[in-house]
Amino acid sequence: MTTLPQLLQNAYQTVPDKTSIILQFASQEDKTITYRDLIHGANRYAQTYAKQGIKKGEVVILILQHGEDLVYSFWGAILHGAIPSIMPFLTEKLAPEKYRADLSSLISITKPTTIVTYPEFEKEIRDALVEGNSVKNIILTNQIVSVSDINFVSLQGMNSSEEDIVVLQHSSGTTGLQKGVALSHRAILNQLNAYSKTINLDKQKDVIVSWLPLYHDMGFIACFIMPVILQIPLVLMSPFDWVRAPYKLLQSVSQYQGTLSWLPNFAFNFCAQKIRERNLENVNLSTWRAIINCSEPVHVESHNLFFEKFSSYGLNYSAMQTCYAMAENVFAVTQSPLDKTPVIDEIDRETFMTQRLALKGKPDSAILKMTSSGKPLPNVKIKVVDESFNEVDERVVGEIAVQSDCMLTEYFNRPDATESAIKNDWYLTGDYGYLADGELYVSGRKKDLIIVGGKNVYPQDLESLAGEVAGVRKGRCVAFGMYDQESGTEEVVIIAESESGESDKELIADAIRKHVTKNSAVAVRHVKVVDETWILKTSSGKTARSANKEKFLKEL
Amino acid sequence: MTTDITTPIAKFIAEKILKQPNKEIKHDEALISSGLIDSFSLMDLALFVEDTFGVKIEDTELNADTFDSLNQLAGLIQSRK
Repeated sequence: MTTLPQLLQNAYQTVPDKTSIILQFASQEDKTITYRDLIHGANRYAQTYAKQGIKKGEVVILILQHGEDLVYSFWGAILHGAIPSIMPFLTEKLAPEKYRADLSSLISITKPTTIVTYPEFEKEIRDALVEGNSVKNIILTNQIVSVSDINFVSLQGMNSSEEDIVVLQHSSGTTGLQKGVALSHRAILNQLNAYSKTINLDKQKDVIVSWLPLYHDMGFIACFIMPVILQIPLVLMSPFDWVRAPYKLLQSVSQYQGTLSWLPNFAFNFCAQKIRERNLENVNLSTWRAIINCSEPVHVESHNLFFEKFSSYGLNYSAMQTCYAMAENVFAVTQSPLDKTPVIDEIDRETFMTQRLALKGKPDSAILKMTSSGKPLPNVKIKVVDESFNEVDERVVGEIAVQSDCMLTEYFNRPDATESAIKNDWYLTGDYGYLADGELYVSGRKKDLIIVGGKNVYPQDLESLAGEVAGVRKGRCVAFGMYDQESGTEEVVIIAESESGESDKELIADAIRKHVTKNSAVAVRHVKVVDETWILKTSSGKTARSANKEKFLKEL
Repeated sequence: MTTDITTPIAKFIAEKILKQPNKEIKHDEALISSGLIDSFSLMDLALFVEDTFGVKIEDTELNADTFDSLNQLAGLIQSRK
């Protein structure tokens, strides 16, 4: 039996001087953390949690920015046997009232006993707490006890069993924060075991470089938990710094001989379009053996843009790979084999659109180029099913269902959500796709979800915000995503009905854009204010998002 | 003249970033803190300023503390010319 704390202890005893994490900052020197530093820092937090009387299995919410405290408070919770969950930090773009409301909704479901934050942020947190809530301790980063000795036997996390929940992962927004994915030690270690074999992870040679946030599965698992647990050095920068200086990813790969990175599809376009040559002097990307495109629909065109821009810096075309992943399976479901390039399937557009069949395209008809997400991991089974949950043939589009030994334990405190997501031991992903020659192609989405720059956004959250704007008819808003080839990701579209005249509609559109952006931190690209009865509803009165999207596209 | 600076920037923001060419941007309107310019577009603005006015804005300066409105951005550009 193995658990995460046992593996930390093992690293501490066998490779204390090995680099675990190199933290990068916009205007400071890089900070190297060895396994000794990591465990000592984590132990100080574990002792603080113990002193505060936090019990094993209690949830600790971490509201911290990129930096040492976030790293130590997280691993400290693991050593203590508490369940950490990382909540995004308030940014200047999100309205503080909305942030407090999101935090309250997280607390109401997850029932954490403890929140860790900075002294200067304490008031923000206290203001979000309502009478009778579960939070007993707010631990501030300046209250952490100093200890030098570490006594593993006294750490409660050492007695954890494989079945225990070790972390919770939330996605963003009101809806996402109410669904915490609870993962056990066993699930995480089964995933790491299978995934590390699939990508031939080598602790002597590999170095992971990442700018991904830790509150999303790709950053959290592939670029935080996996490297720390499997002893792969990790170079980690903040997403806020990267978005302002994307070239730093490439400079860091060159400086630290990085071998692996994970990026959402849009980041390939973003780097290719916005990085300037003058920031790439002496940059050498030849060590980069895999750049894995994951967490939003994958497009080979984005790989091609990236390659064109950076091939002269030693980038190998074969480095660009794909993966299909979800928090409910810890992380990866499929991975393209790294010894070749992802398969491109050219299918007949007409039969795909009208009959949901992905037949090989004929030379004289219009084709669609589909990029494979790869093959299932050795511990994962995939099937594609129809509406009645019957498995369909190869090249028939249906919902993707997943079964593995690394599934979530549950949605934390949400038996209703757990029950509706898992059917006969199969997890229904809510994604559409098809299988061909053992490769998975993800072709669309059944669930109503928008993915913007790799971030999951629930349309119902945006619709309810748009509905708060004066002049908008109550309950008459619809939000959906539309793929934009230039940026390589989806753009948010909001349509709202109003009884106002044409000149006021423009003002209402502006007000919607502002209000939604301010309260969701999601950029809204298109807002259309329309006359009443424009929006299509289903017979049961629900908003039919896909039908409205089709109508919008026809009118463009 | 400040308008020599603000006019082309306003046009760039409306056309290229917001994709609403007819949108008028007020000189004191909050651009960053309001979320009007999302973080993915901040770099575009910095590159445009550099190409058009020959003035460099560091990546650590791309936040509302350094400039938030057209007027403030124009002031920053003039002080560096």
